[in-house]
Amino acid sequence: MSMLLVQALNGLQFGVLLFLVAAGLSLVFGVMDLINLAHGVQYMLGAYVAATLGVWTGSFWLGALLALPVALLVGLALEWLVFRHLYRRDHLSQVLATFGVILTVEEATRALWGSAPQTVLEPMALTGGPLGGVEIVSGLLYPTYRLIIIGVGVVVPLLLWFLVERTRAGMLVRAGATHPAMVAALGVDIRRLFTVVFAFGAMLAGFAGALASPIFPVAPGMGDTVLILCFVVIVIGGVGSIRGAFIAALLVGLLDTIGRAMLPDALRLVLDPSAARQTGAALASMLVYIAMAGILFFRPAGLFPGARA
Amino acid sequence: MSGQLRSHSLPLAALLALAAAPFLGFGDGFALSLLARAMILGMAAVSLSLLIGGAGLVSLGHAAMMGVGAYTVVAFDAAGVSEGVIVFPAAIAAAALFAFVTGAVSLRTSGVHFIMITLAFGQMAFFTASSFSSLGGDDGYTLYARTEWLGTRILDSRLTFHFLCLALLALVWLGCSLLLASRFGRVLRAAKENPQRAQAVGFQPYPYRLVAYTLAGAVSGLAGALLANASEFVSPALLSWTRSGELMFMVILGGVGPLSGAILGALTIVLLEEWLSHLLVYWRLVFGPLLVLSVLFLHGGLIGVIPRTRAALRLLPWTRRNANA
Repeated sequence: MSMLLVQALNGLQFGVLLFLVAAGLSLVFGVMDLINLAHGVQYMLGAYVAATLGVWTGSFWLGALLALPVALLVGLALEWLVFRHLYRRDHLSQVLATFGVILTVEEATRALWGSAPQTVLEPMALTGGPLGGVEIVSGLLYPTYRLIIIGVGVVVPLLLWFLVERTRAGMLVRAGATHPAMVAALGVDIRRLFTVVFAFGAMLAGFAGALASPIFPVAPGMGDTVLILCFVVIVIGGVGSIRGAFIAALLVGLLDTIGRAMLPDALRLVLDPSAARQTGAALASMLVYIAMAGILFFRPAGLFPGARA
Repeated sequence: MSGQLRSHSLPLAALLALAAAPFLGFGDGFALSLLARAMILGMAAVSLSLLIGGAGLVSLGHAAMMGVGAYTVVAFDAAGVSEGVIVFPAAIAAAALFAFVTGAVSLRTSGVHFIMITLAFGQMAFFTASSFSSLGGDDGYTLYARTEWLGTRILDSRLTFHFLCLALLALVWLGCSLLLASRFGRVLRAAKENPQRAQAVGFQPYPYRLVAYTLAGAVSGLAGALLANASEFVSPALLSWTRSGELMFMVILGGVGPLSGAILGALTIVLLEEWLSHLLVYWRLVFGPLLVLSVLFLHGGLIGVIPRTRAALRLLPWTRRNANA
């Protein structure tokens, strides 16, 4: 039972990371109608920069904090160099060009840092000690750092909601998503608005990468896995919907984590151990996609269809 | 007819060059296996071009279909069966079935959703392939031998294999082109241009698209089975989504309209990759930007280069004067 609780918390925390990446992806798609495969690259860079700066400065937290402006700058640079020229192109061109960006940036990462996973400072001792763990059930310590990530998952969506729904900037973003020509006619620089939204999304993804760096291996290609799960999140949640992305991200995070932990053991009840391990692992990695197919079968536009489908 | 011949002149020349290549100094094992790879990927690219250019279905999971074909060969090999009469139809059928099932779900959506879902299914196939430890898992699987045909080891000869691939490539190109020109293909294209209007005339796009998707899967399954034979090694990397992206790049680089563009694109990219990776360690640092630049600036792909240069030449002052004289 406590095993299930731990896995559920791990799943929630993975879901939060997915949400941070998916939110930017969904925002950029909703506002600019741009499908950006290179969003996972921002996540990867966030992790790399946080890891490297963390080791340099001697503090994980300082490194993570410094990763934010770096991710923002990289996002701005990429927007200026490539993405700006893709807003008016068809989705096929966008997919290909952003795919080219992924190849380039991942190769550059390999050239700069090598292919081996990076060392990352531990933010706090992962278990034990007053700072390291929190006793959630009697006799069961859960790492504080992972709880902090879940906490971020409560704060950031609320902040995002406030920003988009309750501020002037958010109002412009929403207006720009549905009636760009009208907003431009009213004297708003729509290009700059796009750039700001894009850079903000890039920063969120970089933040997610920095948070993830002590938990997942920091290696080239780490962005791809997350990116593709984020697509699943967006498809399930409904394109362009932040609320849908949040719920779907938690769902995908929970399903993936619990499935991987539980399925091989569960199958052992009906199959022999080696077959159970193999089918369990295969089934667990398919679980999220099966769920997606199931949800799409009944709701082709996702759970919360956004403004733009 | 002559106009048609002219628009196909570039790919026809490429096919002739491929036929002549073994006798023009490209007959060694390395060059032949490289060309075989290019032709096999060309088949998969043609089938993807049928989807993208013909039906307007931008699939980002096409490598998975090839992977299903390749892994069927692997599964039979692991079971000790290497008879081509069994293995090849099975590989094609397995890939077609996979395409049919995933297509039935994916085609309920369109546009960006479709891109993301095909990508997700492709990734699902990738992870499934990695988790089958009896078929090599992450490390891949080395075939005991190439597939036989009625007990003879005819595919072991590189030259025979070269011409088999060439013949199949030409056949796939011809078949898909005929399909696009047929009534079936016209419905596909109509549904791509304007789904509402196609529906209003009485055609439901869904079954047509599903058939096209399944057929493209079958062709890619054939390509996958051939690819497994060409390298005698299959690993999950064959199904990775970067492979799907590469196939898409082949289609776009060649040009989306006519299917033959995909053949040109496949040849160009396989040879370019080979050349760059010999030249540089981090060759993707060149390949990636080339991809971005070709998307941003090369509208219409390689196949459009000839008519475009001709049109540009016509605009030059001295050629215009000649035309008037």
